[in-house]
Amino acid sequence: MGEKPAKASEMGLQFFGRISASISHELKNVLAIFNENAGLLEDLTYMADQGKPIDPKRLEKMAGTFKKQIGRADDILKNMNRFAHTIDEPVTDVNLHEIIELFLALTARFTIMQGYKLDRQLPADPVMIPTAPFFLLNLLWLCLEFAMSAGGEEKSLQLVMAETEDSVRIYFRQPSGLAQQQPETFPSAAGEELLAVLGADLTTEADGQEIVLRLPKSAY
Amino acid sequence: MSAKVLIVDDEKDFLDIMAERMGGRGMDVSTATSAQDALEKVQTESYDAVIMDFLMPEMDGFKALKLLKEARPDLAIILLTANVREEERIAAKKLGAMEVLEKPADLNMLTQKIEEARTRKVR
Repeated sequence: MGEKPAKASEMGLQFFGRISASISHELKNVLAIFNENAGLLEDLTYMADQGKPIDPKRLEKMAGTFKKQIGRADDILKNMNRFAHTIDEPVTDVNLHEIIELFLALTARFTIMQGYKLDRQLPADPVMIPTAPFFLLNLLWLCLEFAMSAGGEEKSLQLVMAETEDSVRIYFRQPSGLAQQQPETFPSAAGEELLAVLGADLTTEADGQEIVLRLPKSAY
Repeated sequence: MSAKVLIVDDEKDFLDIMAERMGGRGMDVSTATSAQDALEKVQTESYDAVIMDFLMPEMDGFKALKLLKEARPDLAIILLTANVREEERIAAKKLGAMEVLEKPADLNMLTQKIEEARTRKVR
């Protein structure tokens, strides 16, 4: 992999910004739940001072909410940390299962907001390829964004990964087919640069029902 | 008479605790988990105020706000959002939002806004 072209780098920065904004949104939602629970504790304490005893069951329920939200925030921050570290190495051996799971976690809020359900079908065995993880995530995002914008009434997508001898194919498939054919504007010039950076290509297959991202298995 | 409030949020934990706390302050609280659900509720019930999350699945906050105001032009709608940009705040107010508050919100301030909405409605 050579120099990173300017458009791909700029788009990468935008992608990083969008994901970071989404993470901050998620974390503020967690904080809002903590804030209201803290407020409820104050309310209960005030009522106890007025002679109304605190129900231990209510405290137990609050403790459960705190634990659940701490687990949620911990997952968000772990994913954020992993995402931040994808920029560490220009090219490294990447476990595609792990990177796809990270991708799905980072983009879950976007798919939910669009009302989409996204299923994945990954091979049983881990698939490792040398690639640039951050740019791969960015490219997966472009594919997902396009697949959602081209989707029809049925808001359901499948992300399927399959291996061939020399490549790995990642399909973004809509069971009823994409409503739009892949337009000439997709991928954009910056997307084309990303594909070149990764030595990948992108096609539409199955009569426009799916877009296919092909990644080389060997170093490029 | 207690203030009649509809809280709309897809975060169940947030919705439940807000309903409990506002109920504890003497308000008559209903909940909805989507903008569509809220639209159906405002068509059959009269509320003093609707407290609505700005970013929910399937319908963006601007569209939800517009449809709610079309259904009930006098409805006081207070938007709550995790992050708000100034241009969004201005656009929401132009569409008729009474207030746009950031989460975590101060319940005292929210209660005050609901009282303002009630006073306006009574007038």
